[in-house]
Amino acid sequence: MTDKQRDVLLSIQDLHVWFELRRFGFGHAGYVKAVDGVTFDLHFGETIAIVGESGCGKSSLMKTILGLNKPTKGKVIFENLDVGALSGEALRQYRAHIGYVQQDPFGALAPFMNVQQILEEPLLINGVKDAAERERRVRKVMEEVKLTPVDDFLHKFPHMLSGGQQQRVVIARAIILEPKLVVADEPVSMLDASVRVEILKLLRGLQEKYHMAVIYITHDLSTVRYFSERVFVMYAGNVVEKAPVNSIVHNPKHPYTAALMDATSDPDANNALTMRELPPGEPPSLVNPPPGCRFHPRCPKRIENLCEVEEPYDLQADDHLVSCWLYK
Amino acid sequence: MNSFKRNLQEILKYPSAIAGSLIILLLVIVAGIVLATIPYSEAIRLWRGGEEVWYANPQYAPPAWINYFRKEKLPVSFSLDSLETDGEKIVTTFEDVDGTTSRTNITYTFDFQADVVPQEMSLYFDAVYVSKQPFVSIKWITPDGRELRVGDFGVDKRMTYRLSQDEKLKRRLGGVVPMVGLFADPNSETGVPLKGTYQLVLESVSFEKDSSIHAEFVFFGQVFGLAGTDHLRRDLTLPLLYGVPIALAFGLLAALGTSVLTMIIAAIGAWYGGWVDELIQRITEVNLVLPFLSILIMVGTFYSRSIWTILGVTVLLSIFTGGIKGFRAIFLQVKESAYIEAARAYGSSDIRVIFKYLIPRMIPLLIPGLVSSVPAFVFLEASLAILGLGDPVLPTWGKIINDAQTNAALYKGLYYWVLEPAVLLMITGLGFAMLGFALDRIFNPRLRGI
Amino acid sequence: MSKDTLLRVEDLVLHFKTQKGSVRAVDGVFFDLAHKEAVVILGESGCGKSSLAKAILRLLPRNIDKYSGKIYLEGDETMAMDDENYRQNVRWVRMSLVPQAAMNSLNPVLKVGDQVAEPMIIHHGVKKEEALIQAAKMFQHVGVPVDFLDRYAFELSGGMRQRVAIAMSLVTAPALVILDEPTSALDVLTQANIFNVLKRLKQELEVSFVLITHDIATSSELADRVAVMYAGQILEVSDAHRFFNEPLHPYSRMLMASVPRLRANTEPEFITGQPPSLLDPPKGCRFADRCPKRFAKCAEEPPVVNVDGIQVKCWLYTS
Repeated sequence: MTDKQRDVLLSIQDLHVWFELRRFGFGHAGYVKAVDGVTFDLHFGETIAIVGESGCGKSSLMKTILGLNKPTKGKVIFENLDVGALSGEALRQYRAHIGYVQQDPFGALAPFMNVQQILEEPLLINGVKDAAERERRVRKVMEEVKLTPVDDFLHKFPHMLSGGQQQRVVIARAIILEPKLVVADEPVSMLDASVRVEILKLLRGLQEKYHMAVIYITHDLSTVRYFSERVFVMYAGNVVEKAPVNSIVHNPKHPYTAALMDATSDPDANNALTMRELPPGEPPSLVNPPPGCRFHPRCPKRIENLCEVEEPYDLQADDHLVSCWLYK
Repeated sequence: MNSFKRNLQEILKYPSAIAGSLIILLLVIVAGIVLATIPYSEAIRLWRGGEEVWYANPQYAPPAWINYFRKEKLPVSFSLDSLETDGEKIVTTFEDVDGTTSRTNITYTFDFQADVVPQEMSLYFDAVYVSKQPFVSIKWITPDGRELRVGDFGVDKRMTYRLSQDEKLKRRLGGVVPMVGLFADPNSETGVPLKGTYQLVLESVSFEKDSSIHAEFVFFGQVFGLAGTDHLRRDLTLPLLYGVPIALAFGLLAALGTSVLTMIIAAIGAWYGGWVDELIQRITEVNLVLPFLSILIMVGTFYSRSIWTILGVTVLLSIFTGGIKGFRAIFLQVKESAYIEAARAYGSSDIRVIFKYLIPRMIPLLIPGLVSSVPAFVFLEASLAILGLGDPVLPTWGKIINDAQTNAALYKGLYYWVLEPAVLLMITGLGFAMLGFALDRIFNPRLRGI
Repeated sequence: MSKDTLLRVEDLVLHFKTQKGSVRAVDGVFFDLAHKEAVVILGESGCGKSSLAKAILRLLPRNIDKYSGKIYLEGDETMAMDDENYRQNVRWVRMSLVPQAAMNSLNPVLKVGDQVAEPMIIHHGVKKEEALIQAAKMFQHVGVPVDFLDRYAFELSGGMRQRVAIAMSLVTAPALVILDEPTSALDVLTQANIFNVLKRLKQELEVSFVLITHDIATSSELADRVAVMYAGQILEVSDAHRFFNEPLHPYSRMLMASVPRLRANTEPEFITGQPPSLLDPPKGCRFADRCPKRFAKCAEEPPVVNVDGIQVKCWLYTS
C-alpha cells in the first residue's frame, strides 16, 4: 500500500528518549526509557497510526517529533533538518511547521480567548502582521473545518462550544499554518461515539485535500482502519510491529498486537457470554524494562531461554515488520 | 469585554459588593476633591503651620457635633475680625476728634447659649502708628445689662491680649478665673454661665493722624468645627481629608505593585524552572523569615521616612512572600495545560507564553486578592505612622493617631482624636474587604468552571 | 412486577436549579432489571446518565428543583423512605456505586485495605479485623493480590485502583452495583480485564449491575439489557441480543451505525446536529430534529410502545 517511491518527510533513526530520574532533586536514580530505539520513515502525505497503551512511550515519541522533547540518542530528521540539533529561534520555527491536535479539546484551548483570538495566535507568532490577512485565513480555515456559519463562532469562547466543535477549533489551529505534518494525539478519545467518526472523517478529508502527512496516536484499534495507511504498535518504548493497516487487522503477528485485537470489542451481545483471553499482568516499568523481549513476562507464546535473554528478532516480510522470535 | 460586562452584572447581585463599591467610590471622589481644592504645598504648609496658622483655633477641642449627643452644651469656637464688617456682630464706629486724635469703637456682639464657659477669649490687635501707641479700654456687657471693665492699655503694633491671663481682671472679678467670672450668672450660687447676648466693647483712642486700630476677637470654645482640633490647634479636617488620597494611593499602589510583581515573578519561576525557580524560591524562603516590620522600622529610622521610600520597601518585601508560593503552585498546574503545550507547538516564545497564556489565566484569581489586600497596606501605613515612622511632612490618619497617643488623648478623654481616623481606617478596610470577598465568590467558581 | 425483578424505576425525574433555569437532567426515566442481570444505560455526554446514577442512589446536590418518581428495590419503594432509613438500610447495603473516575477518588493517605473495609465497619458494625478479612475476600474476587491491602492508592496502577473501587462497592454484599463509566479512562487491555472481572462477579456473587456508559462497543461485554438515554429520557429499553443486532429507535440505530468496528467492513456514519439543551428541551420527541424518519406526529410527546417486549418511545411503532 505504501508507495516506496514517495519522498521521506520525516525520518526517525534509532531514537531514544530517556528522562533522568533524580533522588531528592539531585543524585542520579536511573532513567525512564520512554522511547528506546525507534526507527521509521514517514513519507509526504502518508498517514500512520501509532497504537499502544498509556506509558508505552507513544506520547514521548510524539513530543520529540514536535520538538518539545530532546532526543537522548538517535535522530529526528524532518526534510533534511536535524531536529535534535535545533535550539532557540530555529527550534521555535520548526515547531510551527507541525500541526498538533491534542486529546482533550477543552484543555487545548485557552479559556480566556475566543475562537478568533485562538486561531490568530499561530499566525501572529509566525509573522502574519496584516490583520485583514489574518482574518481572511481564520475564516478560510473555519470553513475548512466546517465551523459554519463562521460569524456565529468567531467570537465564542471555548466553554460555549460542544466537544466536537472544540475539537474542530483545535484542528483548525493545527492546519492554519498549512503544515506538511499533523500529529494527532488521541484526537477523538474524549468525544462521544457519534462525534468521533465525524472528527476522524474531517481529519481524513483535510489530509487528502492538502496532502498532509498525519501521525495518528491512539490506543483504540477500531478507529485505526478508517484513518491510516500503516500502523505501528508500540510496547514499553519499542515498536513491536509495523505493517499496513489491513495486514495488522487481518493478520496480526506479534502476540501483543494480537492481544490488543482480542481485547477490542465490537458491539455484539455474545461478548457478554464469554471471558476474553488476555495476557496477564501489566506493562513493565520503563525504568527497568525486562531483558530480551519486553513482552515476554506476559507472552502466552514465550519461548523459554530465548525470549527473556535475546533482543527480539526483526522479521521483515513485504511491508510487514515484526519483532518477535516466533517468526524466526 | 463581554465577560467584563457579565462580571459587572454579577457584582450587582451581591449587596456587600455594592456597598463596598459605593464606599470605595465615595473615598475616591473625596480624594479627588481634596487633591483638586487643597494643593499639596498648601496642605503641607497648613499641616506644619503651627500657631501662626492656627492661632484662632482652640486646643484639644472635640468636634462641634458632639453637642447633639450632650445634655450640657459646650460653647462653639468662633472669631470676629473687625476688618470684616458685619452689620450685627461687629460694629465699628470712627470719630475724628481734631485731625490728629481719633476715636475708634469696636463692638463685638455674640450669642452664648452653652452650659460651659469657653477655654479662652483673646483679642489680636493690629495697630498702625509711628510713635504714639493707641490706647484702648475694654468693656464687657452681659445679657442682663451689667457692664464690667475688662482692662485699659496701650496697644503695640501686633499684640495679643488674652483675657484669662489678665491678673488684674482676675482680681477685679474677685479672684475668680476670668472666664468663669465674666460669664457667671449673678443669681446662681454654683456659678453656671448666664445665657444670652454678650457684648465686648473696645473703645480706642489714636493719637496720630494716620493711626488706625483693628482687632480680631477670638472666642476659644470647647468644641470646634467638623473634626475638632489637636494639641497644635490644627483643624483635624485637614489631615482626615488629606489622609484619604494618601491612604488610597498607598494601599492601591502597594497592593497593585505587590500582586502584579508577585504574579509575574512566580510565572517566570514556574515557567523556566531550574535555577531561576530555585533562586526565587530561596529568596522567598529567606524573606519569609525576615522580620518585615523591623526592616521597615530600620529603613524608617536610618534611611528615610518618606512615604514613597516606605512604599517601595513594602512592595519589595511583600513580593517574595507566601503569595509567590501560592501563585507558583497554580502556575505549575497551568503550565502543564494542553493549551500551553499547543502554544509551544505552534512556536510561541517563552515571554509570550508567560504573558499571553500563563498570566491571563491567573487574572480571575488576582483581582479579588488584590482588592482584598488593599486594607492590609492601608493599615500598614497607618501602623507605621502610629509607631512614629510616618512620613514627617504628610498629614495622614496614622499621624493623627500618633499625635493623639503622644499627647495622651485617651487619658485626657479626647476620644474623638483617636476615633475619627480609626473609623475612617475601618470604613476603608470594610469597603475593600466587602468588594474583595464578593469578587472572590464571583471569580473563583468560574475559575473552576473553565 | 415479576417476582424476579430486582430494580424497577418508574418515571424518575431529577431537575436541578441553576441561574439560567431548571436543568431537566433526568426527565421521566424508566427501566427494570432482574436478579443477576446487567442493564446498560447508554447515552452520550450531557444526556443526564450520571445524574441518573445519583438519582437512583439519592446522592443529591443541594440545588434540587424537582425529584420524583418511583424506585422499587426488591419490591420496596425506596423513594418513600426517609433519608436516615435510606442511608442505613439501602445505600451501600443493598445498592452501591462505583463512581465516575473512582480510581482517582481513593483517599491517598489511607491504605486501600482500610478503605475497602470501611463500608463494612459503618454499615454492619463489625470489628476492623473482621472487616479486613471480608476486604481480603473481595480482593480475591476482583483479582487484586491480597498483600495489596496494606498499600496506598498511589502505589497501584489505574486498573488495580479501579478494581479496588469495585471491591469497595461489593464488600457489604449489595444486590445491585451501579457502575458509572467504570473503564473510560483505562487502556484497552485493562478495560477488557475489568470487564472480565465484572462478568465473573456477576456469576460468583450473583450481583446485578447498572452500567452507565457512552461506549457502545465495550458495553456489550456486560449487557443483558440495554436502555438508551437521550436528553434526560429513555428512548428504548431492549434485550441485549436484539439491541445489538437490530435496535428499534432511530437514535439507537444511528448510534450503532456510528461505532467503528474492528472486525467488520462497515463505514461508520455520524449523527449530524447536537442534542437539545436540557434547560429547554423541545416539546415533542427530543430527537426529532436530528431524526431522518421524523414526521408530523413527532411534534407531540411520543408514547412508550411495547414491541415484542422491547419498550420504545417512538411514534414509528404505534399501530
